[in-house]
Amino acid sequence: MSENPVAEKIINIFAQFKKVSPEEISMETTFEELGFDSLDGLNLIFELEEEFDIVVPDDKVQSMRSVREVVEGIETLLADKAAAEVGT
Amino acid sequence: MRRVVITGIGVVSAVGNDKAQFWDSVSSGRSGISSITRVPTDNIRFKNAAEVRGLTASDHFDEKSLMWLDAFSVYGIIAAREAISDSGIEFTDALREETGVVTGSCLGGKESEDKHFSDLYDLKKTRFPPTAIPAAMANAVASHVSMEFGLTGPTFTISTACSSANHALGNAFWLVRQGTSDVSIAGGSEAPLTYGNLKAWESMRVVAPETCRPFSKDRTGMILGEGGAMFVLEELEHAKARGAKIYGEIAGFGMSADAHHLTMPLVEGAAKAMKRALADAKMEGSEVGYINAHGTATQANDVMESNAIRTVFGAHAPNIFVSSTKSMHGHALGAAGALEAAATVLGLHHGQLPPTANFTEADPECDVNVIANASVDSLPAAALSNSFAFGGLNAVLAFRRWNG
Repeated sequence: MSENPVAEKIINIFAQFKKVSPEEISMETTFEELGFDSLDGLNLIFELEEEFDIVVPDDKVQSMRSVREVVEGIETLLADKAAAEVGT
Repeated sequence: MRRVVITGIGVVSAVGNDKAQFWDSVSSGRSGISSITRVPTDNIRFKNAAEVRGLTASDHFDEKSLMWLDAFSVYGIIAAREAISDSGIEFTDALREETGVVTGSCLGGKESEDKHFSDLYDLKKTRFPPTAIPAAMANAVASHVSMEFGLTGPTFTISTACSSANHALGNAFWLVRQGTSDVSIAGGSEAPLTYGNLKAWESMRVVAPETCRPFSKDRTGMILGEGGAMFVLEELEHAKARGAKIYGEIAGFGMSADAHHLTMPLVEGAAKAMKRALADAKMEGSEVGYINAHGTATQANDVMESNAIRTVFGAHAPNIFVSSTKSMHGHALGAAGALEAAATVLGLHHGQLPPTANFTEADPECDVNVIANASVDSLPAAALSNSFAFGGLNAVLAFRRWNG
């Protein structure tokens, strides 16, 4: 399990969706390995948007195919959101 | 075998509110896609759609009638009136007995439903108007047209998402061909531009931020549209006997289910529906010179559909002109097949095949002969019009040019 709280939350959401233990999912796990198809992907992105209160743009979704890509994408969006909130 | 011809066409769309305006736009590659005005788009990631403009419902219906009509019914009924008037048909009592109305709609009356639910949930109103249910029912157009013209034959509505209108037209065609009726009024209509429905489409992540570019390498998805098209389908001898003008022949109908995935289309399912339409029409692949594609401009559809066309037509595929008129009238869901049947039949009738607008660059993954941006003058013997719905339900119509 990662030390990173964002990664931990994301892995927990994926594990719950897949009905497996979070220990079975690592940063390197791909959607393909998890057996997620395009519609599963859409549903998961929707759950992440709700969890982190962010909007994932359509073109970002295309590049999220593994846990690491999702974590990095979400972290960028969270940083953008924080920057927007302090008006920088 | 009885033959079935189209003797009347009516259209309401983002590119024209009657048949003539629609054809003028579609044949000249003029797109009706622009900013959404119907609902605020502040909270929606896409801002454009193909909206019906310049149509005032009160010019067509009295106030009392309008209480019971959702926008999708307004479009469908106006289109049916134009088709019937265009056909010049006179309904005798005997003809009314056997003539029915077959319509397609994916959503039914979502605009009125959305408003009433908003009153209930947001404004905390405690009463619901009695107009709500009849306005929202998906069969409203079929019922209103049957009542207005006194048509008491086989009348029903088919809802198969984006294939609804093709399933409706195909079944109406079969009713006339098999002799159940000599005449059927058929088509589809849709009014999907509600806030709730736009938010739902946003989450599917298939709507383009800017415009619809089917088969183009830089395509980014579909653009929603609204409107309706209705047709008078008539048995050939019946049409000839009254000296009717004939736009074209519906020669075959094919359908299939992918049995595969809710949203990912399948080459085999699309190809099967095209093959079945050809077989139903007793049509050789080599007769087909034009395909009005489903062509949504999503990544998945356009590659799949191109491969399906190549699978069905093999070496003849490069000779077939292909266009998606959704680039102009938008993707009108349950009305899509009807608007595209109008584009296809009018194309065969005028010997001018409508283009794919907004096309910038060929995509090697979409290896078909796309009519890019400008129509082509051509007189193919036959054409197909494809519809492939979410849920994997495919419906294809086969048309023959009328030389009479």
